[in-house]
Amino acid sequence: MTAVVGSGGRSNVGAALAETWRGTWVVAYRELLRFVSERSRIVSSLAFPLLFLVIFGAGFGKVIGSLAPGVDYIQFMYPGIVAQSVLTSSLFAGVSVVWDREFGFLREILVAPIGRSGIVFGKAIGATVTALLQVAIMLILAPIVGVDLSPAIVLGLVPVVTILALGLSGLGILIASFMTSQQGFQLVIQLLIFPLIFLAGVFFPVNNVPDWLEVVSKVNPLTYGVDAIRQIFLGSDVALGVTVLGHTMTILEEVALIGVMGATLLGAAVLAFNRQE
Amino acid sequence: MTGPVARREPAGRRQAIDVRQLGRRFGALEAVKGVSFSVGEGEVFGFLGPNGAGKTTTINMLCTLLHPSAGSATVNGFDVVHQRSEVRRSIGLVFQQTTLDEYLSAEQNLRFHAYAYAVSGEVREPRIRELLSMVELWDRRRGGVRTFSGGMKRRLEIARGLLHHPRVLFLDEPTLGLDPQTRRHIWEYLLRLREAEGLTIFLTTQYLDEAEYCGRIAIIDRGEIVALDSPDGLKRSVGGDLITFSAGDPAHAAAEVKARYGVEPVVRDGAVRFHVAAGDTFLPEFVRSFPQPIESISLSRPSLDDVFLTLTGHEIRDSELDARQMLLRGMGHMRMGR
Repeated sequence: MTAVVGSGGRSNVGAALAETWRGTWVVAYRELLRFVSERSRIVSSLAFPLLFLVIFGAGFGKVIGSLAPGVDYIQFMYPGIVAQSVLTSSLFAGVSVVWDREFGFLREILVAPIGRSGIVFGKAIGATVTALLQVAIMLILAPIVGVDLSPAIVLGLVPVVTILALGLSGLGILIASFMTSQQGFQLVIQLLIFPLIFLAGVFFPVNNVPDWLEVVSKVNPLTYGVDAIRQIFLGSDVALGVTVLGHTMTILEEVALIGVMGATLLGAAVLAFNRQE
Repeated sequence: MTGPVARREPAGRRQAIDVRQLGRRFGALEAVKGVSFSVGEGEVFGFLGPNGAGKTTTINMLCTLLHPSAGSATVNGFDVVHQRSEVRRSIGLVFQQTTLDEYLSAEQNLRFHAYAYAVSGEVREPRIRELLSMVELWDRRRGGVRTFSGGMKRRLEIARGLLHHPRVLFLDEPTLGLDPQTRRHIWEYLLRLREAEGLTIFLTTQYLDEAEYCGRIAIIDRGEIVALDSPDGLKRSVGGDLITFSAGDPAHAAAEVKARYGVEPVVRDGAVRFHVAAGDTFLPEFVRSFPQPIESISLSRPSLDDVFLTLTGHEIRDSELDARQMLLRGMGHMRMGR
């Protein structure tokens, strides 16, 4: 009878959809309002990627040299760092849920006549837009560190980053649904974030590594996000692409894979979030 | 259910809240044990009881935040289980803990609420202005909520709760942790808003002086309603007014009182004390006709403290519990669904 969980026994599907839609945009609106009113967050979320870029780039750049014809280490690493900043700003959707629960604002959201699923979508969209903004800021730095930019690259990034960010924010909200304290959540995120980044081919290609490392890297969804973004920057003909069972993944296959994983994570997040009273 | 006390039903008004045998269990704990009452439109109705009596559990069930495990309830004619959206749209809520976004301004908090409750654009801005002026926060509308005092936050939450023109306002311990002066101010605002909006107010409290603002009070203890009446009615039920006087030899005076009025006076600290039904008419007659010269006399009405003590056999304020609650609040320890 009812299509949307959490809106009570209302048989009017149209009204339930309207509530979900209203929940989505009102929650997303507030996420963005928070983002622009907290300038410290913009700075701190850029600090990590910049550190990686500058220190790893300077440290390994000379030692490693070219990974492929015409591709030096910074050019290789830069797309990975972009994906990594997408990961951190997407997981912030979860931080925001835990934060709201701890400071009580979640109750204001939960008692409003808006669909529960809409709350999850709103948080995810808010995080996705902030991820896109972060990426835009990162792109400004690209020419400074010697990475080539073109309108085609920028246009290509938008859909890939959007799909990646929606899925990863689903992961953040999913974890947040089981956490009651900010400390607990931070701990889980820390335990998760570093393996995800280090095993995603951000700093080294994942094809010529020991078997165990290769297997772990290739079940990591972020690997395909990193590679898709890398293909946008470096082109698909650069022989660094991720291979699965001997097949080199095309950008479309990778995006489809991220999309399916992301939809699953978001769906799980909606279910987990609805579970709460 | 026929309760032990009269006046379960409000007299001759439409019902804003109707509760029948409502109960809630948390595992082995029966937090609310089948309570029944109704609240008329425009009434100020209070739930009075100590911590853990079942007040918040009841309010959460009425606000659709918690599923009842027994019984039923309607709010503004909507069922709290089957018509949750309709209930939510027709009520305003102010929780025990603050639920404001402290990083947004007062105005931004109200706008978020207006969007979430689908308040139309032409109503929104004038309504925000009207309510912020009424709680005297219009000048601070652009101020970040984190700079507000406890009393200001509470006023903002009350304004927010009324933004979407609800017909019933639920307040869970609206003035907990505020100083007495701020509490009095909050009540001035509440009564003014009630007047202006024709609101029904349902509140829970553990402050006896706050319960005095209510038209009717349900006293709840260990998940059960032990009494339900107007504040005056409740006070009358404990046996009337207390007369305390001293006149020469207390024992002699006490014997005289017993002989004349057939009551059981008690002598304490050299003064004679006894209860009469209507002290204000009794007192002049007593002074005129008592044979011994009276040195001093006083009349005191029973407080809700006395009522609570008489009905439940214990004090409403458990100091140990209170200290723990303050500590928990101080740590910002808040959880959902409780």
